[in-house]
Amino acid sequence: MEKRYGAVHALSGVSLAIEQGEFFGLLGPNGAGKTTLINVIAGLARADAGSVSIMGADAISDYRRARRMLGVVPQELVFDPFFTVRETLRIQSGYFGIRGNEAWIDEVMHHLDLSAKADANMRSLSGGMKRRVLVAQALVHKPPVIVLDEPTAGVDVELRQGLWQFVGRLNRDGHTIVLTTHYLEEAELHCSRIAMLKAGRIVALDSTRNLLASFAGSRTTVRVVARDGTQHLLQMEGYSELERELARLRSQGVEIADLELERPDLEQVFLRLTSS
Amino acid sequence: MSFYTLFSKELLRFVKVSVQTVAAPVLTSLLYLVIFGQVLEGRVQVFDGVRYTAFLVPGLVMMSVLQNAFANSSSSLIQSKITGNIVFILLAPISYAEFFWAYVAAAVARGLAVGAGVLVVTAWFVDLRLEAPLWAAAFALLGAALLGALGLLAGVVSEKIDQLAAFQNFVILPLTMLSGVFYSIQSLPAFWRGLSHANPFFYMIDGFRYGFFGASDVTPWVSLAVVAIALAAVASLCLLLLKSGYKLRT
Repeated sequence: MEKRYGAVHALSGVSLAIEQGEFFGLLGPNGAGKTTLINVIAGLARADAGSVSIMGADAISDYRRARRMLGVVPQELVFDPFFTVRETLRIQSGYFGIRGNEAWIDEVMHHLDLSAKADANMRSLSGGMKRRVLVAQALVHKPPVIVLDEPTAGVDVELRQGLWQFVGRLNRDGHTIVLTTHYLEEAELHCSRIAMLKAGRIVALDSTRNLLASFAGSRTTVRVVARDGTQHLLQMEGYSELERELARLRSQGVEIADLELERPDLEQVFLRLTSS
Repeated sequence: MSFYTLFSKELLRFVKVSVQTVAAPVLTSLLYLVIFGQVLEGRVQVFDGVRYTAFLVPGLVMMSVLQNAFANSSSSLIQSKITGNIVFILLAPISYAEFFWAYVAAAVARGLAVGAGVLVVTAWFVDLRLEAPLWAAAFALLGAALLGALGLLAGVVSEKIDQLAAFQNFVILPLTMLSGVFYSIQSLPAFWRGLSHANPFFYMIDGFRYGFFGASDVTPWVSLAVVAIALAAVASLCLLLLKSGYKLRT
């Protein structure tokens, strides 16, 4: 896929397949092209070259079927100030051709802890509550593919946990989840596979486990605690260098009391891949 | 279903603020009638045997229909674009034609609601007969649809409220005011009379007035043809822009 905005190459040769039932993470620094990619998938933006197929439906030529497959939680906190929460969800159901959706609307509101606010006007809701309504709107038509663009931005811990429980349940029920987030620990915890984007290109595409393992294999960090309580951080390309580094410490008169292997996390992988 | 929902949503949107969207324009028209009727009654020559105030009422009704139909689609769309909630419509499986007709139908509904309100309150002041009600209904409907489509077009093209306001103040308002709402173009000098024939709003007002008096400045068939052609042209352009995603999908 290719997408340009004037001189900016927002997406450059991006090509990937997300399997049905996956919990897929799309990571990258600001301006990497994550939201552009989601917008093209959702039909909000049109690619200059390439195509998107959602469960066999082309996003342009078969847009009705493609959009029914897709539930998108936009990044911006947008809402229609004329309506209540329940009206908003009824209207969204109607857009997808669903009449009499009350049972599912009630269930979604219950899981997102929105039931008490069902008849409140959207304007009166806090930012976190508005975010919950955005999630509910994306789910009214029970889409098999759910795209969450920064769903927990500006959201309190309680909602974050509730949201992940609900999304996790949807994933276990067979829904495909595509997630972009700045909270890398969330991606590490939930995503089984991750694509990292930088300047419109995919710089890594692998399972979360492989990404962490490949980083661990190429860079090892060991924390050494000396008898006098001082700490030394040893960074090396692999375990083969460990003995040499420890010998160097001993030669400096450091008496080693404890060793701790630092596990790589996604943040280290992310920084290494996107900062180079 | 998608069309019906979008139409209902647009309808609900103006009904929820009906004091602002219906009652206020009705009051404005009533003030026009009281002031212009008082000042110009007996001073301005209109159709034979028709009092100026009676002549004024259908003009004011049609002006309200047109202005409010335009205001409904244009303001709804620009607000949705600026606040970003247009995304909910763009993400849904709604065709560009459904999008177009839902906005236009809601604009027609508001235009007719305000027009009916103006007619009801001004009817107290004049003795009005509907000589050809079908003509009046046809022009009200087509006129509202034309302005609803024009409002949608302006909403699509505009990126900011002031761009839309410029379109409203420098195009819609002058064309409406100079369309013969307050006078018969027969009373104008030849040059201005000729120029009035280039104003499509004139045909909507004149054709609508024919429905009340059975008399008009031009034959209602000509007016009907002009309005229908203008509607077809604006609707085609609007549908083309919506299909391309112009200023809606990046």
